Amino acid sequence: MSTEAHNHSAGHDDHGHHHHKDTFITKYIFSIDHKMISKQYLITGLFMGIIGIAMSILFRLQLAWPDKQFTAYEIFLGKWGADGIMDPNVYLALVTIHGTIMVFFVLTAGLSGTFSNLLIPLQIGARDMASGFLNMVSYWLFFLSSVIMIMSLFVEAGPAAAGWTIYPPLSALPQSMPGSGAGMTLWLVSMAIFIASSLLGSLNYIVTVINLRTKGMSMTRLPLTIWAFFVTAIIGVVSFPVLFSAALMLIMDRSFGTSFFLSDIFIAGEILHHQGGSPILFQHLFWFLGHPEVYIVILPALGITSEIIATNSRKPIFGYRAMVASILAIAFLSTIVWGHHMFVTGMNPFLGSVFTFTTLLIAIPSAVKAFNYITTLWKGNLQFNPAMLFSIGLVSTFISGGLTGIILGDSALDINVHDTYFVVAHFHLVMGISALYGLFAGVYHWFPRMFGRMMNKNLGYIHFWVTAIGAYGIFFPMHFVGMAGLPRRYYTNTAFPYFDDLANINVVITIFAIITAAVQLVFLYNFFSSIFYGKRAPQNPWNSTTLEWTAPVKHIHGNWPGAIPHVYRWSYDYSKLNKKGDDYVIPGQDFVPQNVPLQEDEEELNH
Amino acid sequence: MTGFLVIAVLVLFAVAVWQMNKIFQLSQVGKSDDSQIANDKDNSFNGKLMLYFLVFFYVFLVYGFWQWSKVLLPEAASEHGKDVDLLMLISMVIIMFVLVVTQFLLHYFAFKYRGKQGQRAVFFADNDKLEFIWTIIPVIVLAGLIIYGLFTWTDIMNINEDDEDALVVELYAKQFAWEARYAGEDNTLGDANVRFIEGMNTVGIDPSDPDGQDDIITRELRLPVGRKVIFKMRSQDVLHSAYMPHFRAQMNTVPGMITQFAFTPTITTAEMRMNPDVIAKVENINNIRNERNIALAAQGEELLDPYEFDYLLLCNKICGASHYNMQMKIIVESEEDFEAWLAEQRTFAQTMNP
Repeated sequence: MSTEAHNHSAGHDDHGHHHHKDTFITKYIFSIDHKMISKQYLITGLFMGIIGIAMSILFRLQLAWPDKQFTAYEIFLGKWGADGIMDPNVYLALVTIHGTIMVFFVLTAGLSGTFSNLLIPLQIGARDMASGFLNMVSYWLFFLSSVIMIMSLFVEAGPAAAGWTIYPPLSALPQSMPGSGAGMTLWLVSMAIFIASSLLGSLNYIVTVINLRTKGMSMTRLPLTIWAFFVTAIIGVVSFPVLFSAALMLIMDRSFGTSFFLSDIFIAGEILHHQGGSPILFQHLFWFLGHPEVYIVILPALGITSEIIATNSRKPIFGYRAMVASILAIAFLSTIVWGHHMFVTGMNPFLGSVFTFTTLLIAIPSAVKAFNYITTLWKGNLQFNPAMLFSIGLVSTFISGGLTGIILGDSALDINVHDTYFVVAHFHLVMGISALYGLFAGVYHWFPRMFGRMMNKNLGYIHFWVTAIGAYGIFFPMHFVGMAGLPRRYYTNTAFPYFDDLANINVVITIFAIITAAVQLVFLYNFFSSIFYGKRAPQNPWNSTTLEWTAPVKHIHGNWPGAIPHVYRWSYDYSKLNKKGDDYVIPGQDFVPQNVPLQEDEEELNH
Repeated sequence: MTGFLVIAVLVLFAVAVWQMNKIFQLSQVGKSDDSQIANDKDNSFNGKLMLYFLVFFYVFLVYGFWQWSKVLLPEAASEHGKDVDLLMLISMVIIMFVLVVTQFLLHYFAFKYRGKQGQRAVFFADNDKLEFIWTIIPVIVLAGLIIYGLFTWTDIMNINEDDEDALVVELYAKQFAWEARYAGEDNTLGDANVRFIEGMNTVGIDPSDPDGQDDIITRELRLPVGRKVIFKMRSQDVLHSAYMPHFRAQMNTVPGMITQFAFTPTITTAEMRMNPDVIAKVENINNIRNERNIALAAQGEELLDPYEFDYLLLCNKICGASHYNMQMKIIVESEEDFEAWLAEQRTFAQTMNP
């Protein structure tokens, strides 16, 4: 294979692609090659991640030491941090934009966008996405929405500050907070463009997976990564348009005097004309996307983890069909549980019962996944590459965070922990940290595929272990803060002497947060320096079975220089023994790539 | 100074990372393996760290419960709150058990099966029986929790509005304060709408509605012990949430509609102040405040008042700049004290026509 790699121009003629000369612009900027687009997504996502995490450090400083003055506020927040004192409005803006950036820009676009783009064509054996052009448009819309979101930080009255859920009327009325002026307009415009980008991307992924699988790649032979990306894209197509409609109606309420979400409002000494709308309608629409969104975030991470755990355990993933079934079950259930965000919003209590029922059901496929991961480790030959560590870390945080979901999903218990730090701790562990681990695992694992070089493993180990301790250090104590009754999105807790005894827990959390954020710099250094100075990667560094490792290290348009490889088996033939049981199917090699036909002394499985 | 400290911390951190990297590298002396792929040494090292991490996890868990469970809310001060707390306890015990077992399996397997050259992994792709077992166990446990939870939920949320004996109180939210409106003699709240807000009529009672004339508007919330209270909630501007953590009660206030919640307070403020958990908590808080006072006194600033326990109504839905300070004191007292206090308050009619 590698000899063919050097000979790629000849390869190109074979498969009839027109090899037009790539200019800098067509190669690096307006590229229609899925591998380049995936890098663009990744680097944009990392850049947004730096902003999002930096914001979290600023508001953690404020929470831990509300009466101290920090020069950092003056440097980063300008007039809102004058004399080192953070303005309450900018505190709310920070938590709002932190949430928006992390959920949408880092964990949706940065995670799913990067790896769906990279892996779908490579793992199913396709030359590129179904439509390279739409794919390019998708990325550039994402880029545009990122730019607008960042621009909104510099608006005179401040960026959107109504929480990432932007519930009206707070988000609809500029009188209610400064952030609901131009900042909120830009937020909505940015998200509308983001949704367009996400839809174009998702449709492309779906079509590609359905139509462009290579010969022999039946659906039951797909790696679980592809299953996860495929189902994620379907959820996105089903739910994102609903957020778009909500955003559109909110824009109408804000700018054109409609009353979809507003009624009977007296604010700033004035009665507004709005009549008959319902703020709860917005919440239904928002969470109809918002809840599937957390699965849009976590499913790709789980898919990536499935692949990495199997590869590095040198074992097939346990219960492949159950894993697929649970992805499908989670996807289906995710669209009928949104009401569990709204138990105490004034929604009919009977609806609350229904949503409690569906919500707790979703714990079942999640539990199956967790048990299957653990069983995959059992009697394996675990190779602790950094990607593997992050995958195990993901399973750990997914369990810890998922279990507290059983409390929040139970409407009776939710009454008292709703909107407290208990919720913050829960979702950060189960979808924030877990999905970030998935992102890191994916980067460490597929870096050789993306950049043809290896990342430094020792820096990877440092990155993982400090992050692993730090993540629990941040979010485990936070559960107690929530169960003590402290509401989230409080600028300071000093207005309530009752919460004075939580101050030292907040200090602990902030110290862990600073350490954890700092160690991400190690990752960034490792990432960027390895792009240029990393050791050159071999063809298949992790001895993996999937098709992407059969493509040449050097990137070529069309992925494979010769014919597209055919597939003869599923992607999990690790440590499979021959019929006699005395050696592996391929003697001396504990894995059988998907493009290797059935061997003579090999038992055929139903994959 | 702060800038210098920040730089110093960053430099020290960088040194620490560099040193750790050195240690990792030195631990691999002997083999000049720069493939950046995990070898036996890495596997062994990280496998052991998995075990240490498990220990850290358990120690942290125990430390957390030992050190921080004292900040938790005291016993529920409402009738339904006891059911909620019991359900919480059962759920917590179950999830803690599952947490401890699964984290053990995950990290112990990671340690036990750490890779070695020549070790052969077991090709184990499927086992219907096992998968059936760990599908059905969560199904049964969750079914139990769902049923129990739904009964509790229905009990709480089914509000019998015909209950003659229940006290009807409106909680009225605005940026950034609460008001309470008692229904008065007739125990019926007068109609209200933001369009009636004018001058002294701060919550917009319809002046022409006879039901509203005896309504009483107050800035603190007093409740009689042992009597059911039906809260009707309104908001005049944005969403707020009436959160009364000690009563395990919460409901959003929504402009344009009336939401409701009901509970029966069971413990008076005076009794709650004598609760051992509350005494310990208050003492702890006052110690913290005294320590802060020493520092404040040194700077010549105003001292903090000593803290005394009171029930709280907090805003728990982001509502703007002063969201963090939108609160009202709740006092639970005997029926007689409550009636005496209420009799002293001015009715809406008295306020409007003094």
